[in-house]
Amino acid sequence: MSAELTRMTAGGLAKAISSGETSAVEVTQAHLDRIAAVDGQVHAFLHVDADGAVAAARSVDERLAAGEELSPLAGVPLALKDVFTTSDMPTTCGSKILEGWRPPYDATVTRRLRDAGVVILGKTNLDEFAMGSSTENSAYGPTRNPWDLARIPGGSGGGSSASLASYQAPLAIGTDTGGSIRQPAAVTGTVGVKPTYGGVSRYGLVACASSLDQGGPCARTVLDAALLHSVIAGHDPMDSTSIDKPVPDVVAAARRGADGDLSGVRVGVVKEFAGEGYQAGVLARFSDAVELLAKLGAEVVEVSCPHFEYALPAYYLILPSEVSSNLARFDAMRYGLRVGDDGVRSAEEVMNLTRGKGFGAEAKRRIMLGTYALSSGYYDAYYGQAQKVRTLVSRDFDAAFEQVDVLVSPTTPTTAFPIGERVDDPLAMYMADLCTIPSNLAGNASASVPCGLADEDGLPVGLHVMAPVLADDRLYRIGAAVEQAFASAWGGPLLDQVPELEVA
Amino acid sequence: MSSISRAEAAHLARLARLDLAPDELDHLAGQLDAIADFVAKVSEVAADDIPPTSHALPMTNVFRDDVPRPGLTQEQALDQAPEAEDGRFRVPKILGEEA
Repeated sequence: MSAELTRMTAGGLAKAISSGETSAVEVTQAHLDRIAAVDGQVHAFLHVDADGAVAAARSVDERLAAGEELSPLAGVPLALKDVFTTSDMPTTCGSKILEGWRPPYDATVTRRLRDAGVVILGKTNLDEFAMGSSTENSAYGPTRNPWDLARIPGGSGGGSSASLASYQAPLAIGTDTGGSIRQPAAVTGTVGVKPTYGGVSRYGLVACASSLDQGGPCARTVLDAALLHSVIAGHDPMDSTSIDKPVPDVVAAARRGADGDLSGVRVGVVKEFAGEGYQAGVLARFSDAVELLAKLGAEVVEVSCPHFEYALPAYYLILPSEVSSNLARFDAMRYGLRVGDDGVRSAEEVMNLTRGKGFGAEAKRRIMLGTYALSSGYYDAYYGQAQKVRTLVSRDFDAAFEQVDVLVSPTTPTTAFPIGERVDDPLAMYMADLCTIPSNLAGNASASVPCGLADEDGLPVGLHVMAPVLADDRLYRIGAAVEQAFASAWGGPLLDQVPELEVA
Repeated sequence: MSSISRAEAAHLARLARLDLAPDELDHLAGQLDAIADFVAKVSEVAADDIPPTSHALPMTNVFRDDVPRPGLTQEQALDQAPEAEDGRFRVPKILGEEA
């Protein structure tokens, strides 16, 4: 039974728990056992809170026994990206500068999960301060892709995606600044959704780039992602950029999509996201997905978004600028690491030493690049010009969404690359987010759903679906339709084909 | 647009309060130069009359009711401090000894 529990969907687990078929404690224990058995190889988690998880599960069981009506995910375990604050667990952001830091408060996402009876198993690995596409920039060592342990699980949310693909958790939370939910989903054969910017509160999410960061759901199925989306989304007065409007009915959209009828839906294929730099197997699976969309009744047309090719360079001006400002808070004075405080050195010297020791290479690169882009003399040519390109990217989306309901592209140009291959080649690493970045600049909703395995390496490929601002529900309708059609073609979900891990 | 020399990288590190070892600086300077070269592509876009976007969904005047709400206690605020003394953050000296 224990092994079966780790294979079930989140929705299925919640039903089995509420009907008394199993208990939340039993489900939690099964996942803790799985973590103990396989995470030595995968390294998805930075911290596992077994006692806290069992206690949270017990409380769900007690409330159910008392006849309370609980949320549709009550008792379901979840892996939380270690960039959301948790009052009862360390929050490191994958950085030495926050090693062992115990935040004095819960993020809004953390609190909403707890309120819904979701059981937080632990904190997952990430690129330092969510900056990277491979999870190799974590100060605590890389996470490995369950499809091939020598390859990256995507990033920055590689711990979250790997925990799902290795059946250590049925649900996970990610954050997406340039693709950090969607790209890890694509390379692990899982589902990841970046909600509309402002859809999920950033309170207690340690900032990378504030105008781009967005938390969102990660799961193995589209419906599970929708259930999680409804738990974490919605207006929060603690985040002044939070949208004060009703959350789109993503659960209903996922259920509707499962009927497999997309007639009347207009889909635009982004012309610019193909060709040089794209792996043949990725393009082949992407065109299968486009064909499938047409077969399900969607009207497919090609759409040009001429400024999307400038999104990546604009992003690598805007993001580092915000990063250099946000990471200035790590000053060795009020919390976090302090190095070299010998009674002789000044506060400034201690600050310099601490930041030099505490930040990894990518954090340093981005801080310095942002400092450069914002310096007088360069500001207009770099940061100012990038902000104008940001406007043009948004206008491309606006024009596209006058013709079509959603846009599609591959999620990332290649399948999972080998660990080490791009770690010291920042520009090659940045290419992984080529297709996902426009949605961060414009703030619209986007998702990745599995669309098969590349012929040349047998590794997962993701279909990237982009919807207008506050039309998150379209991602779920289309995602669920594609998911069920592929599952019937393949004889089951893609993850059924993930190799079995050796059990410790 | 200009490129990032080693001297300029050293200046940026100083501005950003990052103590870097000489070999680390050598390595980062080369990479930063390549990245700066890449991002300069934004200058190809004719955008003189385009307004800048600073935020995905622009919002203005987000207000809350002007009522007190609980914050961190002194104990909570100091709990994770590298060093605390007499209920305050203890920090290294700010001014030189001779001052």
